Amino acid sequence: MAVMRVNPTRMELTRLKKRLAIAVRGHKLLKDKRDEMIRRFIELVRKNKELREQVEKELTQALGDFLMARAVMSTEVLEEAVMYPTRQVELKVSKQNVMSVDVPKIDYEEKSQEGLSPYPYGFASTSGELDGAIATLSDILPRMLELAEIEKTCQMLADEIEKTRRRVNALEHIMIPQMEETIKYITMKMDENERASRTRLMKVKDMIEERNIESSG
Amino acid sequence: MYMYKIGVVGDRDSILGFKALGLSVFPVTQPEQASRLINNMANEKYAVIFVTEPVAKEIQETIDRYKSVPFPAIILIPSNQGSTGMGIQEIKRSVEKAIGADILFGNE
Repeated sequence: MAVMRVNPTRMELTRLKKRLAIAVRGHKLLKDKRDEMIRRFIELVRKNKELREQVEKELTQALGDFLMARAVMSTEVLEEAVMYPTRQVELKVSKQNVMSVDVPKIDYEEKSQEGLSPYPYGFASTSGELDGAIATLSDILPRMLELAEIEKTCQMLADEIEKTRRRVNALEHIMIPQMEETIKYITMKMDENERASRTRLMKVKDMIEERNIESSG
Repeated sequence: MYMYKIGVVGDRDSILGFKALGLSVFPVTQPEQASRLINNMANEKYAVIFVTEPVAKEIQETIDRYKSVPFPAIILIPSNQGSTGMGIQEIKRSVEKAIGADILFGNE
């Protein structure tokens, strides 16, 4: 691992040690965050899969019914039948914080006009299949919205997990080893300098003593 | 709080039924049209957009763009031709992205 380009001084050493301590702490925190996010993600994604399979199955069924309805009715009549819905669905959305990821929370509210049937058409010109299809569709809708919420949460968590994992890896495999290596390099260099100056001092001392003996003898 | 709306994008025959439930229905035939429509809907007050799989297949990039923001949530639904498995595939993709391996579907 490459050593950083630093001056091997005591100041630099203190600075690096502080940075290393922070990096190690950050690494631990991020790792915990990642683990917890993965745990939540797995839970959610299981649910997501189940829900999606269920919704897809029922929706295919409902759309099949609808196709039948469309087959026995003319396009104009069908369009006319659904043109003015008697109810409206509106969403109340808020954000929920899951492990510092803002995920959507969807509540829905259905507004139907009092005293009106849920079918926005007269029964004379439409077929029974259409009634069935619309009844199933309105049954599925709450679950479709739940699916939307969960699926979006999963997508966003997946995104965040990927980012966190990259950060953890960068700290673990690059930043921390690099700093450790550099700290080691500085320590060695300073030890080496100390040894060099000690031998120099000893040498000087020897020379002085030699001169003293010569002058006195 | 402002009320958000639900939109449905797809081929006319698949999505007309949702109109009776009070959702906003946008039939499309061209991928470019669908793409532009979704971008417009994202700027308006649509929190959830259901897109049929055949349409979604053509405009993958547009859909991916909204993956990292909370709203709108773009959710694939099967068309009246039945499910193509694309929705499940999407879940699989996010599992692979998050964990690096496919842990949910491996045993099937």
